[in-house]
Amino acid sequence: MRREGSAFQGVGAVFVKELSDNISSVRMLMLELLIVVTAMAALYEAIAALRQNTAEDPFLLLRLFTVSQAPLPSFVAILGFLIPLMAIGLGFDLINSEHNRCTLSRILAQPIYRDALLLGKYLAGLATIAISLTALWLLVIGLGLIFLGVPPGGEEISRSLAFLVIAIFYAGVWLSLAMLLSIVFRSPATAALVALGIWLFLTVLWPMLAPAIAQAIVPPDPRFAVLGLDTPGTAIWTQLLQRFSPNDLFGEAMLAVLSPTTRTLGPVFLDQIRGAVMGAPLPFGQSVMIAWPQTVGLIACTIVLFVAGYVLFQRQEVRA
Amino acid sequence: MSEQQNHTAATRPEAVIAARDLTKRYGKTSVVDAINFDIAKGEVFGLLGPNGAGKTTTILMMLGLTEISAGRVSVLGFDPARQPLQVKRRVGYLPDAVGFYDHLTAVENLAYAAKLMGLGVAERSRRIAAALTCVRLLDVADKRVATFSRGMRQRLGLAEIIVKRAEIAILDEPTSGLDPQATIEFLDLIRELKAEGVTVLLSSHMLDQVQRVCDRVALFRVGKIAMMGSVAELSVQVLGAGFVVEVEADGAGIARRLAAIPGVGNVETLADDRFRMTADRDVRADAARAVVAANGALRRLSVDEPSLEAIYARCFQVPPSGGVRDAA
Ligand SMILES: Nc1ncnc2c1ncn2[C@@H]1O[C@H](COP(=O)(O)OP(=O)(O)OP(=O)(O)O)[C@@H](O)[C@H]1O
Ligand SMILES: [Mg+2]
Repeated sequence: MRREGSAFQGVGAVFVKELSDNISSVRMLMLELLIVVTAMAALYEAIAALRQNTAEDPFLLLRLFTVSQAPLPSFVAILGFLIPLMAIGLGFDLINSEHNRCTLSRILAQPIYRDALLLGKYLAGLATIAISLTALWLLVIGLGLIFLGVPPGGEEISRSLAFLVIAIFYAGVWLSLAMLLSIVFRSPATAALVALGIWLFLTVLWPMLAPAIAQAIVPPDPRFAVLGLDTPGTAIWTQLLQRFSPNDLFGEAMLAVLSPTTRTLGPVFLDQIRGAVMGAPLPFGQSVMIAWPQTVGLIACTIVLFVAGYVLFQRQEVRA
Repeated sequence: MSEQQNHTAATRPEAVIAARDLTKRYGKTSVVDAINFDIAKGEVFGLLGPNGAGKTTTILMMLGLTEISAGRVSVLGFDPARQPLQVKRRVGYLPDAVGFYDHLTAVENLAYAAKLMGLGVAERSRRIAAALTCVRLLDVADKRVATFSRGMRQRLGLAEIIVKRAEIAILDEPTSGLDPQATIEFLDLIRELKAEGVTVLLSSHMLDQVQRVCDRVALFRVGKIAMMGSVAELSVQVLGAGFVVEVEADGAGIARRLAAIPGVGNVETLADDRFRMTADRDVRADAARAVVAANGALRRLSVDEPSLEAIYARCFQVPPSGGVRDAA
C-alpha cells in the first residue's frame, strides 16, 4: 500500500504543542521538583564525602555521580530510580487522555497520519525529559566547580555527556512503555498503575528473582561455594536474566562510562584478569565500547515497545 | 482506483460520497449492514434513525476512523482506508462529542488544527479570524475553551471546518444539547455552508430541524437504510401522499373539480362546504383556481406539509417484517 504525502507531516506541530503542554504542566513541575530535591541531597552527600577524602583523584567530577554516602544512594542510582518515574508520569496518558477529552477524532480528521501524532507526542515527551536531565547535568557540573574547585577535564566532560545521552535513551524505554499502555488502556489510572507495577517489578523484584531463577537453572556447585566464589554457570545466568530489566542495562552502562576503571561488565574470571593492570583507567573510547551493547539494548527495547504501540494504535477505532 | 471512479461516475455523475455494500461488523454482529447510498455535490443529506442504528459508525468509516469490514465507500473519488490524507484534507468533521483542549484558547485550538492542516502562519490567522466571525465567537476568541458552553464548543467545531474550507462537512448530531435559539443559529450556519457549495452530511434526532435543512434523508434501522429520499418522496412512499390540503368553500361541484386537479389523490368531503384532499405536491393554487372556476367563495385554504415526524413514526412503528419498502 503506497501512502500519499509524508508520514511525518504534522509531527512538528504535534511536537511543539505537546512540548509546551509538558513544560507548563503542574505534573511536570512536581516531577522535576522531586528529581532535583533527591538528586541534590545525593550530590550534597557526595560532595561532603569527596571533600574529606581526596584531591588526587583524576576523575573527581565523575565521582560526584557515583559516590554514595551511607543512607543515600549515589546520584546515578537515584536517577536510575527516578527517570522511569518521570517518563511514566509523562507518558501514561498520552493517547487515552485524547480519547477521554474527545479530541482524538477531531485531530485525526485532520490530514495527518496516525504515526505523526504518536511520534510527535513521543518526541515531545523525550525532549521534555532531555531538557530536565540536561539542566540537572549542568547543575552537577556547576556544583562540582563551586564546591570541589577543580575544573573538569575534557575526558570527564565527554564521559558525563555519555552519561546524559544514555540516561535519555533509558528514559525513552520507559516513555515508550508508558505510551504503549496509554494506547492499550482507556483509563489513564489503569495505565499508570500497570506502568508503575511493571516498574516496581523490574527495579525491586526482578533483581531478587533473577538469581533465584538462575540457581534453579544451574544449581550452584558446592566446590565453588567452599572457596567463597560464585558458580560460573549460575553467575552467567543471573546476569543474563537481570539484563532483561532496563534498570540493569542502565546501571551497567553507567558503570562503564562513569567508572573509567571498569574493564568488563560480565562476571570476572581469573584468567580474564591475568595480565591486566588493575585499577588503570581505560580510555574513553574503550569505556564506550563496553557500554555499547547495553545502550543498544536500551534502544532496541524502545523500538520494540514503540512499534507495538504503533501497530495497536493504527488499528484502533477512534469513536469520539 | 480509476475503475472505482468510473463505477461511481456511472451510477451518479456528481456523487461526492458513494457507499457500496458498506458493512461494519463487531464480532459477528453487523452494525452497518451492506448499505448503499450516493450523496450529490452541494446537497444537505440527513442520516436519521434510533440510537444504535449505525449512523456514527457509517460516518467513522467514511473518515477512516474505523476499519471497514466489507464493501467500500468513496469520498470525492478517494478511498478513505487507502488515501486517508486526500480524504481528510477535503472533509471537515464535527464529532457528536466534540472535544477541545481546555487549557488553550479558542484561537489556539483552531491554530493547532490549522497547523495540522498544513496552513502557513499568515493564512492561518486570516482564516481563523474569518471563521470565528462567521460562527460569532470572535469576542471570546482569546478565552480558554474550558469556559465555553456546549453551544459555543459546537460552533467552534464548525469554525474548524470553515477554516479547513472543506468540500464536505460531516456533522454528527450537531444540534444535540443546543437550546432552541442556538439550534436555529446553527441551522442557519449549515445553510450558509450549503450556499457556499459545501456538501453537508448531517446525523440528527431532531426531525423537524432535519426537515428544515436537508434535501434528502436516509432512515437507518438496525444497520440498514430503511428508506432514502427527499421528505416529499418519502411521504408519498410511507404515508401514501405528502400534502394534505383542506378547503372551505361553497360552490357547485367543488369536490369533483378538486379531484380533477393533477396530483390529487382522493378528496374527502368533511361537511357540505369542507373538503380534505391528499396530494403529492402543494396544490393550493390549483384548488383556489378550481373554487373560482366553480363561482364559489373561498373561505379557508390550508395545507399540512408532509412531516418527517410522521414518516419516522410510521417507519419505526411498523415491525421490521412489515411492509415498509426498502429504498436501499
Ligand atoms: N466497539 C464496539 N463494539 C461492539 N459494538 C459496538 C462498538 N461500537 C459501537 N457498537 C454498536 O454499534 C451500533 C451502532 O452504533 P452507532 O454509534 O453507529 O449508532 P448511532 O446510530 O450513531 O446511535 P446514536 O444515535 O446513539 O448516536 C450500536 O448498537 C453499538 O452498540
Ligand atoms: Mg451516533
